[in-house]
Amino acid sequence: MNLRRDVFQAIADPTRRAILLLVTTQAMSAGAIAANFDSARPTVSKHLQILTECDLLLQKPSGREVFYQINAQKMKEVADFIEPFRSMWDNRFNKLETLMKQYKPTK
Amino acid sequence: MESKTKISAEEGKQELWIKREFDISLELLFLAYQEPNLVEQWMGTKVIKLESKKYGIFQYETTDPKGNKHGFSGVIHEFVPNKKITRTFEMENSVFPVQLEYLEFEKLSDTKSRLNMQIIFKSVEFRNQLMALPFAFGLNMAHNRIEEIYKK
Repeated sequence: MNLRRDVFQAIADPTRRAILLLVTTQAMSAGAIAANFDSARPTVSKHLQILTECDLLLQKPSGREVFYQINAQKMKEVADFIEPFRSMWDNRFNKLETLMKQYKPTK
Repeated sequence: MESKTKISAEEGKQELWIKREFDISLELLFLAYQEPNLVEQWMGTKVIKLESKKYGIFQYETTDPKGNKHGFSGVIHEFVPNKKITRTFEMENSVFPVQLEYLEFEKLSDTKSRLNMQIIFKSVEFRNQLMALPFAFGLNMAHNRIEEIYKK
């Protein structure tokens, strides 16, 4: 099985996607991540292990704990991760353009 | 249809460029940034405060599908009508540090204009994380669709 397929399988799991979403905004310890799920701690650990093995998560030691954070570089390889960001702005600007084309000064 | 919005984020740099050409005049484009009720309509956020002037404050608020409120705010440092806006931008109650935004408005013709937006972040890491946000949210919301594709 090639690595690329592994990565896609990694993000196909709802819990792992939820984990990626959590750590997008901040690095979190395994305990803090697990606290967000009903699953048993070992189950969450297994998910973290898979995501780390696929390089989607980076581990950062902090004192006695290990913090997990998203590996934006790897996400970029999986899919063009800038595209949703770009289309968010594109949608906004399209709205601006449509709005201002219809704009009538009130004065 | 080709998308008119271009994003450029060079490897290893803590900045980001957003460029867009509009089929509206420079004056209309600038007005869309200046008037609170217009900002509200195209940004899709509630505008609590927008003082379009030097050292003016702006405060926006959005409500997510779960009903949680998210605040965005900043201070305007330069406000030159039809030319530029320089401001800080901050996502309240988030781990993201304040970012600096340079907005330049350009006239291309009487009915065309361009916006160049440069955003400077505290670190490369924060820039990448911010750009990954819509991707991660998209993953979560569109998970059923992704599942269908990858289970084949």
